[in-house]
Amino acid sequence: MNKREGEGSHRSGAAVQECDMIANSTSPIIAAFKVFQQELDTKHDKYERLVKISRDITIESKRTIFLLHRVTTVPDTEDILNEAEAKLDGVRQKIGQVAEELRGEDINQFHKAFTPGIQEYVEAVSFLHYIRHRSLISLEEINARLVFMRAEKADAKGSDEALPLGTQVLTFHVTPSDYLLGVADLTGELMRMCISSVGNGDIDTPFQLSQFLRQIHDGFSYIGNTGPYEVSKKLHTLRQSLGKVEDACYTLRVRGSEIPKHMLADVFCSRTTLIDPEEGVV
Amino acid sequence: MSVTEMFSYIQGFLSADQDVREDIRKVVQILEQTAREILTVLQSVHQPSGFKEIPSKCAKARELFCTVRAQMAELKTKFPSEQYYRFHEHWRFVLQRLAFLAAFVVYLESEALLTREEMAQILGIEVVREKGFHLDVEDYLAGVLIMASELSRLAVNSVTAGDYNRPLRISNFINELDSGFRLLNLKNDPLRKRYDGLKYDVKKIEEVVYDLSIRGLAKESESGGEK
Repeated sequence: MNKREGEGSHRSGAAVQECDMIANSTSPIIAAFKVFQQELDTKHDKYERLVKISRDITIESKRTIFLLHRVTTVPDTEDILNEAEAKLDGVRQKIGQVAEELRGEDINQFHKAFTPGIQEYVEAVSFLHYIRHRSLISLEEINARLVFMRAEKADAKGSDEALPLGTQVLTFHVTPSDYLLGVADLTGELMRMCISSVGNGDIDTPFQLSQFLRQIHDGFSYIGNTGPYEVSKKLHTLRQSLGKVEDACYTLRVRGSEIPKHMLADVFCSRTTLIDPEEGVV
Repeated sequence: MSVTEMFSYIQGFLSADQDVREDIRKVVQILEQTAREILTVLQSVHQPSGFKEIPSKCAKARELFCTVRAQMAELKTKFPSEQYYRFHEHWRFVLQRLAFLAAFVVYLESEALLTREEMAQILGIEVVREKGFHLDVEDYLAGVLIMASELSRLAVNSVTAGDYNRPLRISNFINELDSGFRLLNLKNDPLRKRYDGLKYDVKKIEEVVYDLSIRGLAKESESGGEK
């Protein structure tokens, strides 16, 4: 606001005076524009706040993903997974703030402000879910965790008279396209995970990953270009990731057959100590 | 839920979404057609002969706005009203056009700025979001800005047609609009870009007023043309 007014004062004092004179007059046009000014400012402020929260969500989710990449090299995976879970709880708090900002608003009006953060969150949460359960987290599972309880005092906000003492339930719905884009990003992380696990002599994970990636790839091919425009862009990157993983599996298969049986057994023995028991089931 | 199931669920959602968009596009196309018809009617005021026919042209345009209201009503049925901004892009352009046309008609009739409430009424839509299909404030402002450049053209043409009075009134009006817009803190968005064009319209009209006044053409009309 001040910046624009500052620009005005650069022009000339007379112009500003004239402007002020008109502004102070009771012209209906000026009165109407004062209302518009307020309305636009309110909207822009909200948008900026959402962008800020979204950036925080992005940063925190990225850190969680980096943390999760350490799973392949550290003996105790459970610790890391719990730490990641705790970090994601923090992210969810921030999404709660988004939900709060959006209360009573059209979610699509501000969608652009927070979509990068939400996509990153989907990526992080689905990555964690994959490491734990070796499966794709569903949209419902993500949304089920984005329900927030807000304690509301009756005197704080008069509008909540319907629930004077109780808590208010806020939900945040990840849109299917945000989910889709997040999952597309997930494949990049899985590719990195695959390559690093090959580096650690883990032979099973790459094959599981390549199977999983292939399923996701098939899913995206099924959607094709019915999805949003960004999906088709990400599909290309997805193909590249899949290619890398498949190449890694190919190399493992070829080389693996050359490793003598007793040495393979050694590899497996040393590996089972590294990885949590759940993985063996799959 | 398996990966395949998940993707087919999403696919179902996406194709439903596409169907809605397809429906909206069809109605918007018809709306655009009507908007062009109204524009054609109003364009004739730039003709030298058109200045005398302004009231009849406006009446004709008003008639066409009845069609717009009917088509708007149809558009409303094509999607859930709380998802207005999800599909906003589809009708944003035509809505701004219609906003301009409505504001232009009202200016020609009464030389006043059409308020948002009146405009919403002419278009058969709501003002506040909570009540359903509404007129976004940015679309309203964009429509007003389109009208400003149309008025700068009208000022030039009215001089050609021998009406030396009109440019002065237009000048006052546009100046007031300009100071109104200067109150707004616009972001770097399409509206801001359009607003940046307003100063050229203001300049154009000021030039016309200048030309008239140095030739003494404005004076006589000023005494007679004072509202």
